[in-house]
Order: sequence, then C-alpha cells, then structure tokens
Amino acid sequence: MHLKREPNVGDFDALYAAVIEAHSDLSESESAALNARLVLLLANHIGNEAVLREAIQIARQSIEAK
Amino acid sequence: MTDVRHIVFQHRRSADQDRASPAHHPVVIVGAGPVGLVAALDLASKGRRSIVLDRKRHLADGSRAICWAKRSLEIMDRLGMGQALVDLGITWKTGKVFFDTRQVYEFDLLPEEGHRRPAFINLQQYYFEHFCIEAARKTGLIDMRWLEEVTGIEQAADGAVLDIATPDGAYRITADWVIAADGARSTLRRQLGLGFEGRVFQDQFLICDIKMPMQRPAERWFWFDPPFNRGQSALLHRQAHDVWRLDFQVGNEADRAEEIKPENAARRVRAMLGEDIQFTFEWISLYRFQSRRLEKFRHGRVIFAGDAAHQMSPFGARGGNSGVQDADNLAWKLDLVLRGLAPERLLDSYERERMQAADENLAITTRSTDFISPKGTISRTFRDSVLALAATEPFARRLVNSGRLSVATCYTGSALNGPDEFAQGECPAVRPGAAALDASLENRWLLDHLDGGFQAILFSRDGLVPPALRQAEASLAGYDRRAKFAIVSRETACARYGAERDPALYLFRPDQHVAARWRGYVPGSIEAALRRATARI
Repeated sequence: MHLKREPNVGDFDALYAAVIEAHSDLSESESAALNARLVLLLANHIGNEAVLREAIQIARQSIEAK
Repeated sequence: MTDVRHIVFQHRRSADQDRASPAHHPVVIVGAGPVGLVAALDLASKGRRSIVLDRKRHLADGSRAICWAKRSLEIMDRLGMGQALVDLGITWKTGKVFFDTRQVYEFDLLPEEGHRRPAFINLQQYYFEHFCIEAARKTGLIDMRWLEEVTGIEQAADGAVLDIATPDGAYRITADWVIAADGARSTLRRQLGLGFEGRVFQDQFLICDIKMPMQRPAERWFWFDPPFNRGQSALLHRQAHDVWRLDFQVGNEADRAEEIKPENAARRVRAMLGEDIQFTFEWISLYRFQSRRLEKFRHGRVIFAGDAAHQMSPFGARGGNSGVQDADNLAWKLDLVLRGLAPERLLDSYERERMQAADENLAITTRSTDFISPKGTISRTFRDSVLALAATEPFARRLVNSGRLSVATCYTGSALNGPDEFAQGECPAVRPGAAALDASLENRWLLDHLDGGFQAILFSRDGLVPPALRQAEASLAGYDRRAKFAIVSRETACARYGAERDPALYLFRPDQHVAARWRGYVPGSIEAALRRATARI
C-alpha cells in the first residue's frame, strides 16, 4: 500500500477548520503537544509502516525544499 | 545466608608459580563475574577444566545486574543452578508505570502456561556470583585464582602467553584459548589495543541498594517525571532479603561527589518512599550509560564476552543476560574445537551470532534510553504525549518504553542454521536460530531433554517413529555421549513446535537453539545438519 496523495476527504475546508479549531486557546507548547498526540493517534490508525515512512519523507522534503 | 558481600577471597599460590617454564592450560578465563563464571561452569559441565583469574577479592559490590531473564534461568537450569536462583530471587510479573502522579499503565509478564521459569527474577549480582562460585568448587574442574591480574599478553597462532601479577609475585602461563570476560573496563581489551567506540549518554543515574523491611508487592515501578524527581525518571525494584533497588535519573549537570553522599541520596530515597521509612544503604553508585561494542569479538586466541565486548544502557536488563548468553553460545563451540570435533572457524560463528545479539540489544536499549531521557524539546513532547495517551488509549501503552525486557536473540541467517522445511511464516518462534521454547511433559520439562549435547526431537502426536530415524541416533552420539533422540507427543509441546497434525523433527544445538527442522525424515539429513552446525561445511 502507498500513501494516498490524491484528494481523499469529502469536505476539505471543514477538515482544515477542525484542525485549526483544535488549537484555539492553546499555547505554543500545548499546540505542539496536540500535534504530537494527533500524529500518534493517526499513525496507529493507519497502521502501515511503509505508508507512514512515505508520509514522513514527503513532509520532511517539503520542509527541506523551502 | 551470611552477607556474601563480606566474603574475602584469599590469594593461593598455585604450583604454576613455581615452575621453571610456563604451565599450559587449554582455557584461561579472565574475570570472575557472571559471564566468566557461567563460561567456566558450562565448560565444566562438558568435563573441561579452566582457570579463572580475577584481580578482585570480593563479589560484586552492589546489586548491579539484578534482573535475570527466563532465558538466563534456563541456561542456569542446564548448569544445575536454576532452582537455587529462583528460590532466593524475587519472582515478579507486574510492572507499573507512573507519569507525574498518575499510574498510566500496568503490564503483566504472566507467561503462557507450560514454562518452567518465570519471565524474570530479581536477584542481586553478588548472589548470582556466589552460587556460581559454590557450584564451581563442586565441579573440581575450575581453578579460581583471586587477586591475580593479567599484566601482559602475547599471541601466537596456536595460543597465548599471559603474564600474571599476584600479591605473591609474578608468573607466566600459556593457554590455547583465553576468554576475556573482564568487564566494561576490560584489561585485555586495553592490552590488545582494541578500540571500543560508541555513544556515551550524558544523563547520569544514581543507583542505590537499600535494606528496608517493608511489605510492598514484588512489582517493578517506573516513574516518568514524578513530583519527587521532577523532569527525570525513577525506578524501584524489589530484591532478595529485603533489599530494594532504586534508580534515580539525576541529569547531565549533577555533581558526582555530592550525589553519592549518603545524606543526599537519603533525601532522594525519602522523597520517593516517604519521610518516615527506616532503611540503611547497601550501595550507592552514580554512572553514565555507554552504548558501544568491539568491532570483532574474536582476536586470535582471545575471545571477548559480556561487558568486555559490548556495553549498553541497563534498561531492559540486557547487559547481564546477554553476557550469560554469550557464555552459553561460546562454551560448547570451544569444547568441540578443543576436542577436535569441529574446526576453529566454528568460533567465528560465536562472533557472528553474538555480535548480532549485541547489535539487537544495543539498538533496543538505545531506543529505551531515548524514550526515558528524551533529547530536545520535541522528543520530550512526543514522549509526554505517549504517556498522557497511555492512560486511556491501549495502543499508546505499547509505545511506553521503560526498557524492553531481555529475550533470547534468534540467530537468523547464521551459517550454522540448517534446513527449515516449514512453510514461510509457520511457527516462526522456533525457526532455526531461535532458542527452544519450553513445554511441560509428563513428569519433566521439554528443556530437560536439551542438556548440553546435540539433541534430535520428533514431535509427533501419534508417537510413531520412522525406522530410518533410529539410525540417526548413532550420529548424534558421536558429538556427545549424552546426545540422544527423543519423541515428544504431548499436545501443548507439539502445538508449540507446529506438530499438532503433521509430525515435525527438530535438531537442537547444545545451547538449546534450533539448528534445523524437517517435516519428514530423509536418511542423512540429520548428519548433514550436524556438519553444518559444527562448521564442517
């Protein structure tokens, strides 16, 4: 299985808003903690190491390409 | 039992010191810690003599390697000492993990049925050594030489010359083989000029043994970031005779001289266990963990084992246990080489197999250390997130890493492994290279069959033996008088070895690891696997 890179969610704008909304009223360190918890929860849900490594690689590349 | 920590061994002048030319010994073991002693006892179990040198005159000064894993206990069973260790040790199975003030996780090591030994016992290293020394005396084959230190070593193709200093003058001996089990600060490693590179963890840990008659359950308690040691970790373990082992992470900057002062350590102990507790210190030590191994374990006629060969952080109890497994792997090979039944290159498989184990243990303990003392802000954020989630999310409990407790290494890919006729992925726990799994039989344990020689076992529910198989028994006997062939038909044992329906034939090595396994028997196949397992092909 590969990481899905094509659109895979119904309402993107709502999803995006939900992620941002989750961070409201949080300090920077609390936000970092929230992100970490989300990564861990979602990584377990995905449950596929190859897919996760692909996601890590793409995320990392996108930062290094800046 | 008297306090064995106070035993003082005397130097006894050996006849070797009065000889005009150096006396010769087949095996000289340097270091009378658990690894050297187990190696000596294993060789003695095969009728082989050894000399054990140690520059100390005492047993281990503190609890040190306190956790003995099931695999080590099984090895000690083979050497006749498992029961004594279990009787004195503390059998524990429950571990609790705390984060701040809350318990976030509890694990249970309760093993599946049908294993003689528990997952772990806690027993101070000095008791382990004391049992070994008592057993060594009874063999009459192990010559313990206390207060003797190797001051020089020279190697030739067929042996080594050792210069030895004693309180009673210096002398020289020659040896066919030298086992360097002289610990983390190995003298032999230095004398051979061998690099010992790796990683040093900056965090410091204060280790205390306290004597405290307190009725607490025999559980392993691990704290992340507790109020009494803010930002750091702590560990509590019960040991034999009302001794408790406490580890406090104290950080990079802690002042060594201050931390080990009893009044300062006592403040930490009271903060952990309560202001009103009564206790006395048995041992206080402060150290940094290292993570490193020798590039090669065999250097000519000198073979390194235990901490002398590899050092790792203690989380997971992989130091002492992997050292005992080094000795277990080495002894039978050395014995066969000395008996001329295997070529010298069999010893290269020791290096290959035990370096694989060391690398596995180093990787696992390094991950544990990184979880316990996270480097940098984001590592700590993830670590604390795991701990916070663990309170409610089962998956996060699997991520909590306060040490992955030592298990036997499977020698996957070893040149000694013979055929595996099982289907891919079938019964992988006992594939060639793996340590045997115990099972209860009628009046004994499966591992009792594996008592130090090569052993073939047919797992068969109907107990029928192909006649040709009987002939293979003679081949086994060539390696060890005790080597034999057995049939096991009990249900749980057969299930554990993948023989619920179709019979399965296994060949086990003297160290109880699986050498090969077959579905059917073709004449000559056991003989071929024996040649492979002794490096004769």
